[in-house]
Amino acid sequence: MSAVGHETHGEHDHHDAHDHHHKDTFITKYIFSIDHKMIAKQYLITGIIMGIIGIMMSILFRMQLAWPEESFTIFKVLLGDNFAPNGVMRNDIYLALVTIHGTIMVFFVLTAGLSGTFSNLLIPLQIGARDMASGFMNMISYWLFFISSVIMVISLFVEAGPASAGWTIYPPLSALPQAIGGSGAGMTLWLVSMAIFIASSLMGSLNYVVTVINLRTKGMSMTRLPLTIWAFFITAVIGILSFPVLLSAALLLIFDRSFGTSFFLSDIFIAGEVLHYQGGSPVLFEHLFWFLGHPEVYIVLLPALGITSEIIATNSRKPIFGYRAMIASILAIAFLSTIVWGHHMFISGMNPFLGSVFTFTTLLIAIPSAVKAFNYITTLWRGNLQLNPAMLFSIGLVSTFITGGLTGIILGDSTLDINVHDTYFVVAHFHLVMGISALYGMFAGIYHWFPRMFGRMMNKNLGYIHFWVTAVCAYGVFFPMHFIGMAGLPRRYYTNTAFPLFDDLQDVNVLITMFAIIGAAFQLVFLWNFFYSIFRGKKAPMNPWRSNTLEWTAPVEHMHGNWPGEIPEVYRWPYDYSKPGHDEDFVPQNIPMKDGEEQLHH
Amino acid sequence: MTSLLIIAVLVLLGIAIWQLTKIFHLTQLGATVREENTEVANDRDNNVNGYLMFGFLGFIYIFTIYSMVKWGHLVLGTPASEHGPQYDNLMAISMWLIFIVQTITQFLLHYFAFKYRGKKDNTAYYYADNDKLEFIWTIIPVVVLAGLILYGLYAWTNIMFIDDDKEEALYVEVYAKQFGWEVRYAGEDGVLGKANIRYIEGINTMGVDMSDPNAQDDITATELHLPKGKKVIFKFRSQDVLHSAYFPHFRAQMNVVPGMVTQFGFTPTITTDEMRLDPAIMDKVSNINNIRSKKSADLIAKGGNALDPYTFDYLLLCNKICGASHYNMQMKVVVDNEADFNKWLSEKKTLGVAVKESQAGDEPHEVEVPMADPANNIDQDTIKATVDSTAVAQNR
Repeated sequence: MSAVGHETHGEHDHHDAHDHHHKDTFITKYIFSIDHKMIAKQYLITGIIMGIIGIMMSILFRMQLAWPEESFTIFKVLLGDNFAPNGVMRNDIYLALVTIHGTIMVFFVLTAGLSGTFSNLLIPLQIGARDMASGFMNMISYWLFFISSVIMVISLFVEAGPASAGWTIYPPLSALPQAIGGSGAGMTLWLVSMAIFIASSLMGSLNYVVTVINLRTKGMSMTRLPLTIWAFFITAVIGILSFPVLLSAALLLIFDRSFGTSFFLSDIFIAGEVLHYQGGSPVLFEHLFWFLGHPEVYIVLLPALGITSEIIATNSRKPIFGYRAMIASILAIAFLSTIVWGHHMFISGMNPFLGSVFTFTTLLIAIPSAVKAFNYITTLWRGNLQLNPAMLFSIGLVSTFITGGLTGIILGDSTLDINVHDTYFVVAHFHLVMGISALYGMFAGIYHWFPRMFGRMMNKNLGYIHFWVTAVCAYGVFFPMHFIGMAGLPRRYYTNTAFPLFDDLQDVNVLITMFAIIGAAFQLVFLWNFFYSIFRGKKAPMNPWRSNTLEWTAPVEHMHGNWPGEIPEVYRWPYDYSKPGHDEDFVPQNIPMKDGEEQLHH
Repeated sequence: MTSLLIIAVLVLLGIAIWQLTKIFHLTQLGATVREENTEVANDRDNNVNGYLMFGFLGFIYIFTIYSMVKWGHLVLGTPASEHGPQYDNLMAISMWLIFIVQTITQFLLHYFAFKYRGKKDNTAYYYADNDKLEFIWTIIPVVVLAGLILYGLYAWTNIMFIDDDKEEALYVEVYAKQFGWEVRYAGEDGVLGKANIRYIEGINTMGVDMSDPNAQDDITATELHLPKGKKVIFKFRSQDVLHSAYFPHFRAQMNVVPGMVTQFGFTPTITTDEMRLDPAIMDKVSNINNIRSKKSADLIAKGGNALDPYTFDYLLLCNKICGASHYNMQMKVVVDNEADFNKWLSEKKTLGVAVKESQAGDEPHEVEVPMADPANNIDQDTIKATVDSTAVAQNR
């Protein structure tokens, strides 16, 4: 298969593609495809399915939080008699749901589903390449992701429950089946699934980096790259730097669990006996985990920011404000993201001096983030805003990015973290700033590039309904959480009414759950719109949004090699919207500069 | 009943979607006459969504104000430790800053989205960069954050760095296990005896090394009593998994890590009795008691038992996921005047004596030893508390 991949590559650069294109069978076209556009769709569909599972789980545990220990038919149906005896959710199953919800949403939806989809789709198309550097490795990357998704889903059916130590799987809880049932076979499957996931992610990332560096078309210098590509490129780089560290943590944890080593365990007395572990440290695991875990936040967020940069510029009919500052911010965020992991560990027992250092680096990261937010707002200023659903989600992203990002000032400050650490304040913060924001970025990307992927348009009215209800519900769910967090309510509590201290927070919890249920229900509008439009949507023109980037110069039909003739050449940056001296309010990158036309940006 | 409600809600939602689509469709009727629906936003869409953007700004503001009015009182009130006011002050400054920035930036974002909504014949203003502007909004966060960082680090250093030699302090070990807490006081010599889980035996549940002379006068308890106005330095140990000792009212928290000793120090400034008279706490307690009495009425109607009324107590909570009953791993914290505290402590048996007594008995039983002293009321209370918490843990 790799031979075929290389062949198409080499040939296409010189000839018209169609005449000697190899015949696609159903299997090579839809299943073991090496075409980046098909792989992008595979990532997207898998990501959406995982997203449905992840969001369903959140609804289940939100119901438990709002109406603690009540019996629900839906629990009986979905969780079964073992996990929910008489329809009442078991307390360790609550933790399992929280754990798997976090894992699925962070890794499977927002890393693979978001970055996997749009990096694959857009990198070759926007830089003017026939395909990824290695189509075969790209295919392997997707199928490893698919396998890891399947294993993660299988782990839900383990009798003692799936992994239940939180998505951060801190040992010793995650290492000892005596400590919680989910740390038996469920955790083993979790670790295996994640190890495969990391392999998949690394193959994908290496491919993205090599493609961006080597396969740009003529004229596409690094400073003419759309910001989407910059974001995907830097995301891939931090992925390559940090995911291997998580792999090492996972491997060492597997050693501790299965081969009796003591990397993370020491001095443990549980279930009436002393275990043999000695000399390890759980804090070491925390360091290894968060060395990935924090960059992971930006692995999730940067692609969303890249996508919105592109969409906001296109739909404002204006150049993105401060293109170079945006690139510099992406680079600064990427660099800083690798040296702030300790802010998750201010009170882990590490030396308080380290806390001071990490406070410093963490608050620094607010600066490039603020620059990005201001630049988005300025891009809107005096634009001619085309409020397509993708644009609404992009504006929504900026809104939640600001709201969620601001509370980071509190959590990043080691002193203030003392009392809000691991409370609902944290839950509110990270869901707004990375969960909701990244989801909005994903939705924006789907609405915007749907015509490019499927050759059809999504229904805009359903898109509007989807956005407005989601926007209200997202704030409805996460804004009140700040208050119950500041009331001192710890996260990952099965119920907050076991003792009276938090009884007065119960009606807030009910409200949050109502918003969550409504918000989740309205995602069905999106799903309907998505799947219906794939088959029955209006046929899309080649460039429906009148956009400048190269992907809109390629024909809609499925074709390996992207452009039937020569690869387009690039003469300008991607943001010449409403440039004075042109008849149209957009000038695609492949249009040569007119005589005497000046470059108006720096 | 609830599931019925949910089904009803879902049905209503379905109807709402259907109607909303209709409305959106109707707003475009005029447009469809002129041009075919291309699924790309036209002037009407821009208009409708532009106004909705402005409306959404209102939603954010109103929801923020509503939340503060409705739930502002839930936020932790008067801090009960010496560093607490400093913490709250830094929090207040950060919060004000956040509110100001949030109000302004959300306004600009949504107002621009409304004001510059697209019209067919409009042209956007080509404006690609402006070094001066970008410099300004880089430098403003730099200055503001520098201020916050300096204040934050000053407070952090004050709170976290404990000078063991200098201070006249009370040393207390807080010991965590699934799903409960124990405490050990250093006793008269002011030094905690060495300990390791490998020494756990009989009533020596915290694994204190009884061959260490410093350990003999240590005193164990299942309720944390603290003297007002004296610096308390906590040494945290865990016997099984990670826990986190969270004292929300004292603005104090530290993870409890098996295999190592972590520490945190604070000075309690308000006794439990004084805190019960704090106006905010009194409101909170009466509010909670209202909620509980309503719940009790429901429970009794269903043939259950009424809930106990609530009186305020400081709590030590577990705040790091530690297993199935994580949500119920807590311990009562009592702050007393120093005299009352000393009296309480002096009535306790030292660990050396307790261990010897239990070894003297033919069949050492963990529960029997404290029972042997029925005259001591406080001890009986603590036993009840212990039994209760384990009972809860086993039920789950």
